Amino acid sequence: MDIIYTIWLRNMKRYIRSKSRIIGSISMPLFFLLFLGFGLNSVVQLPGMGGNYIVFLIPGMVAMSVLFTSVFSGIQIIWDKQFGFLKETLVAPVSRLEIMLGQTLGGATTAVLQGFMILVLSVFIGLHVSNPAGFLIALGFMILIGISFTAFGIAIASRMEDMTGFQLIMNFVVFPIFGLSGALFPISSLPAWMGPVTLLDPLTYGVEGIRYGLTGVSQVNPLVCAAVIGGFTVVMTVLGAFLFRKIKL
Amino acid sequence: MTIAIHIENLTRRFNDLVAVDNISFDIEHGEIFGLLGPNGAGKTTTLSMLSTMLKPTSGSATINGIDIERDEDGVRKSIGIVFQDQSLDEELTAWENMDFHGRLYRIPADIRKQRISELLKLVELEDRKNDIVKTFSGGMRRRLEIARGLLHHPSVLFLDEPTLGLDPQTRNHLWQYIATLAREKGITIILTTHYMDEADRLCNRVAIIDHGKIIALDTPKNLKDGIGGDVVTIRSPDPAAIVAALAEPWITRVEQHNDEVIVSLQNAEQHISTIVTLLNTQQVPIQSIAIHKPTLEDVFLSFTGKTIREEEADHKTNMRMYQRMVRH
Repeated sequence: MDIIYTIWLRNMKRYIRSKSRIIGSISMPLFFLLFLGFGLNSVVQLPGMGGNYIVFLIPGMVAMSVLFTSVFSGIQIIWDKQFGFLKETLVAPVSRLEIMLGQTLGGATTAVLQGFMILVLSVFIGLHVSNPAGFLIALGFMILIGISFTAFGIAIASRMEDMTGFQLIMNFVVFPIFGLSGALFPISSLPAWMGPVTLLDPLTYGVEGIRYGLTGVSQVNPLVCAAVIGGFTVVMTVLGAFLFRKIKL
Repeated sequence: MTIAIHIENLTRRFNDLVAVDNISFDIEHGEIFGLLGPNGAGKTTTLSMLSTMLKPTSGSATINGIDIERDEDGVRKSIGIVFQDQSLDEELTAWENMDFHGRLYRIPADIRKQRISELLKLVELEDRKNDIVKTFSGGMRRRLEIARGLLHHPSVLFLDEPTLGLDPQTRNHLWQYIATLAREKGITIILTTHYMDEADRLCNRVAIIDHGKIIALDTPKNLKDGIGGDVVTIRSPDPAAIVAALAEPWITRVEQHNDEVIVSLQNAEQHISTIVTLLNTQQVPIQSIAIHKPTLEDVFLSFTGKTIREEEADHKTNMRMYQRMVRH
């Protein structure tokens, strides 16, 4: 436990010091929220969902911010590899599982903090959280998204040599995961053939879960959401730990 | 003297390349031991195996009697390592880097604090302890890494090219630290280097390694004495003629080397005029002539037939395999 804490602590220290990263990764979901939200609010009608596009969009942007931060945090171990710091950790008498878990929890914590900031800012543009239980439900889903996608980032990073593939992963893996998740629009509004695709996207269940917590409405049963994203978290953690164990310097 | 490190037939292959080729030797407790050789000779690979970062292809080694393959954690606890490439977290302060290390090695908080203070004082970084490592110079980073490597009180310290890329003044400073460490703390130190003067000044014993093999192992003094006296370097447009002219019984060895001829002999000062006369009578032109006491560079040259610089160039271009120009 103390080793996991040590790795987590390092992540926190780095996070708190990287002001530009904090602001940088808040800005994108925030701009989406402002431009898309206000721009489309009067145009978009969402039958059966309160009809307010901004409120619909907020859970999606919270999820987006958790998703991007967590994948990025996971992939960051490539920098540790390149700048040599990973060696220092790997040569210590500790197990790789502990290192991986510490890294995962560290990344997940930063991701949830980023999402939480969007959540707080959302209160000023129309979010009403009247139900504390709903808030906790949303937080729970944010934590699961954070853990699973940090582990996902670690899994990818364990197989990557350097950062050159990073943009590719972001554009062809992470962005589609985000786009297909129903963060920007109700998944039911996609053409029928795309329906199954969105249901294959683990983030869909995360977004729907957060949406259920914050607005009380979701297109997927929240229990199903919890089960799927929970299962995905377990699978990703195991996969990340497995691939990290085999990492070569 | 007790044995700190025992290496037996240690070999590591990378596909067709034999990076470390069946090496065996012992290192005594409290010794500063140098692995000397050009880049690509197998020094870092040897250290990687000894520090459990890389599995040997065959052979075995023990550190304080602990087998490097059977008990990785046991070995890791008893060694400290300073890697060739920097391995600090630049975003953290000096203190935080030390603290992270101390926690990884499960040093209790109070002892950890005390040792970090002590070691930062030792490497003269105490007044910079709360500065972010990013702001440190190369020499300061190295010192911090050495301090960090000592934090968990290892009995063996590995230093992989500890002074690479540092200016001469900082190198001198680091050598003093390393020598003091070995003396005062009784730590066994293995360092790799391709600086001959570094090995000469610091090490009790030196193993010269080339193409994965140990080609010589002894104290720097014995290695240099083995050259056969002083070294006279003669430059000439016709080096082959010099080699022919100097076939005298009082000359230990003559080697041609590009446009230089390297002559080993006892009491060079007394013989230098004879050499010049000899060459003049045979009308061999001389560009310049120099005498020096043998260095480890000369030892390397005498064993491999090449200077360490040429050897490195060879490694880079992969031109040809190891070849001895002089056999003896």
